[in-house]
Amino acid sequence: MGAGAFVCGEETALLTSVEGKRGEPRPRPPFPAEKGLWNVPTFVNNVETLANIPVIFTEGAEEFSKVGTAGSKGTKVFAMAGKVNNIGLVEVPMGTTLREMIYDIGGGIPEGKAFKAAQTGGPSGGCLPESALDTEIDFDTLVAAGSMMGSGGLIVLDETSCMVDISKFYLEFTQDESCGKCPPCRIGTKRMLEILDKITLGEGTMEDIDNLETLAKTISSSALCALGQTAPNPILATLKFFRDEYEAHIVDKTCPAHVCKKLLRYEIDATKCKGCTLCARNCPVGAIVGTVKEPHKIDAAKCIKCGACMDNCKFGAIFKA
Amino acid sequence: MAMVNVIIDGVSVQAEAGSTVLEAAQKAGINIPTLCYLKDINQIGACRVCLVEIKGAKALQPSCVYPVSEGLEVYTNTAKVREARKGVVELLLSNHPSDCLNCVRNGSCELQDLAHQMGIRKNRFIGEQSTFPVDERSVAIVRDPNKCVYCRRCEAVCSKVQGVSILGGIGRGFNSTVGPAFGHALDDINCTLCGQCVNVCPVGALAEKDDTDKVWGALADDSKHVVVQFSPAVRVAISEEFGLPYGTISTGKLVAALRRMGFNKVFDTNWSADLTIMEEGNELLDRINNGGTLPMITSCSPGWVKYCENHYPEQLGHLSTAKSPQAMFGAMVKTYYPQTDGVDAASIYSVSIMPCTAKKYEAARPELADSGYRDVDAVLTVRELARMIKQAGIDFVNLPDEECDAPMGLGTGAATIFGTTGGVMEAALRTVYEVVTGETLPKLELEEVRGTMGEIKEATIDLNGTQVKVAVANTLARAKEIMEKVKAGECDYTFIEIMACPNGCVGGGGTPIVSSLQRRLLNEDYRALRTKGLYNDDANLPLRKSHENPFIQKVYADFLGEPLGHKSHELLHTHYTPRKKYNVGCNE
Repeated sequence: MGAGAFVCGEETALLTSVEGKRGEPRPRPPFPAEKGLWNVPTFVNNVETLANIPVIFTEGAEEFSKVGTAGSKGTKVFAMAGKVNNIGLVEVPMGTTLREMIYDIGGGIPEGKAFKAAQTGGPSGGCLPESALDTEIDFDTLVAAGSMMGSGGLIVLDETSCMVDISKFYLEFTQDESCGKCPPCRIGTKRMLEILDKITLGEGTMEDIDNLETLAKTISSSALCALGQTAPNPILATLKFFRDEYEAHIVDKTCPAHVCKKLLRYEIDATKCKGCTLCARNCPVGAIVGTVKEPHKIDAAKCIKCGACMDNCKFGAIFKA
Repeated sequence: MAMVNVIIDGVSVQAEAGSTVLEAAQKAGINIPTLCYLKDINQIGACRVCLVEIKGAKALQPSCVYPVSEGLEVYTNTAKVREARKGVVELLLSNHPSDCLNCVRNGSCELQDLAHQMGIRKNRFIGEQSTFPVDERSVAIVRDPNKCVYCRRCEAVCSKVQGVSILGGIGRGFNSTVGPAFGHALDDINCTLCGQCVNVCPVGALAEKDDTDKVWGALADDSKHVVVQFSPAVRVAISEEFGLPYGTISTGKLVAALRRMGFNKVFDTNWSADLTIMEEGNELLDRINNGGTLPMITSCSPGWVKYCENHYPEQLGHLSTAKSPQAMFGAMVKTYYPQTDGVDAASIYSVSIMPCTAKKYEAARPELADSGYRDVDAVLTVRELARMIKQAGIDFVNLPDEECDAPMGLGTGAATIFGTTGGVMEAALRTVYEVVTGETLPKLELEEVRGTMGEIKEATIDLNGTQVKVAVANTLARAKEIMEKVKAGECDYTFIEIMACPNGCVGGGGTPIVSSLQRRLLNEDYRALRTKGLYNDDANLPLRKSHENPFIQKVYADFLGEPLGHKSHELLHTHYTPRKKYNVGCNE
């Protein structure tokens, strides 16, 4: 049901879809428990909620409640992925810290790179910075820290991730998955994505940050369902913790993580270059000049930033600036 | 009705349990702005323009669907509410063409009103705009999805009121719009062109095909003899366009305005409505007496006829072969009228003013050329005529009352009530009763068939001892109910009147647009008010039975011979075309 549409994870959209109609949420009240599927009282539960029930029945509520935090009992399954050595589904007691999850269970970050952020809650969630690594994770602490439990997704980001680009990635998803029923989500997510696009292209202005915040506020306060209401979260969270990255894109016209193509340059470290000519031979646009056994140079005006030179260099002489 | 106490912006009001915050606020003297909301038709909380703060609720709530409850505290004018509403309208405007000056709805656009009300002077959220193809192929309706605000009012009226359901949400996210499945053109599908979608569109995404230039062109052409007819409902609907109260009859001013615009002859469709009664009434008697297909169903409403052709092609034998009053007029004005006036039929340009968009389609039917020419050359909706009167600078309200021209300008009260549901039935029975029984009707008003929106009315008439059961339906959803019975052979009616539009022609797709706010503020349905006007007109006319119209008696004496006679068959009767639902792709 729902033809795989993300919005059909929203309970009323799911019900509408089950009824054979276009998967769109409907206003609550009336809540499904009052008027749900075909207008009769309906319970809608997540699979994970139901999976907890046998344990409560067999072990008893008291035993179940021994695990977890004051506000969130039991365990939680996280889908851990991203820049972490061990990826997969992880069931941990509520109250486990991010550090325990990423470093003890996840085995830390590959290639010894530095941790930058943990994105939790799926496309509608937020990003938590390093300072949140020791927070005991449950439903309430995540919200207080500026994110959410949401789907239970946990994406680890390291120093090579651009936080503006990450926001853009999530907004591309939510604007694509918007059912279109309400204007804040239908048009608002598109407008936010357009601004993020502009910033990653180095065409942003400081006013764009204000507009992003205004849009985010308008959308979260006026959208019909949780998809729209939470769609601005990736932007709000990254603006809260990584505002300097936005400003670097806008003011300095640089992408600190060297991700945004328009804002990076490939350069050759003359001290490392052996003049083997491999980069020049692999450059599809002939942007690399130099004589054999002499350090080569990249003509920035011709370079299309495809990265072929860097991939082919055997001496690590090519770097992004 | 149980009442609950609610507090809106500090004002205590009593509201009916089960009503919405929007309705309760109206009682407290607050008109919360809306866009997608359309009373009784579309209450989906989608547009987010009517958001309010509810004490205790986490998020802002749409007042159009939020139910009142005892002790509910509502704030409709906080900074948070104002900012959210303004933001939403700015977003809508950011994906809406800003060429208001060139838009047919300039001045009557609900989005324009909202932008004004919210004090939007600069849009903070500009960006890419939708670029959908515009469907201009139909002769009746233009659909421009680029102006669509996705309020879904058209979709709701098409499915809930009409039961035709050709419009629905297509695309997702930013690419969402409302339209026929697979983006088909209206011409390629089972759209009846009833125009109810046009009547509810808050913006210019749906509009009638504008034929005003065509008519101005004819009026400016000295070689053309331009004649005009206006249908029963037009005399009441036109009044609203000039600020007159709903239900005001403006026949005299309308005639004066048409004459000042330059029409050579101003006639009245009421004349041919009387003619329709003569033909259709006699056809009914003929079918009853000679074992013809029964029930016989009226065929005046072109939206209904197209619906029947698309959805019940095998049942077309039930439709009366009598042409609609517009079509009868068209055939007569280029045959009979030249004989009375010496005008060259080839020079006649025949214009009709209709409360209807489907009449444009009817006039363009290839078979309606029995006069040897196009029987009707141009059809204008009431809205188009009002625009032309305004363009001409005519002070409509202060015009003197004038009378129509002879011989096709006189109609009876029976013809006037064609404009509302039950009217054709009542008019037909006034004549049939007297023809069959030879007695005068004791009471002309046939209350049993006078219905309201979306109602099916039934009555049994005693015709010289024969009990004739009749039914009257308005809206296509009700037509469907009746047709399913006809199809199943479970129908014991002899005669059925069906009108495609709610309340009949007074609710037609070519009548003045009544905004969502106006509909909310009126105590009574505007169509019911128009109906009252028509019944008053009938009551005040000296002649109230079609067969008593002297100009109808004259046309039979001088030209036609007798009802259902040879000439009538040639000029006044037609045939219908079985159609599939789609001209493209697969059917069923």
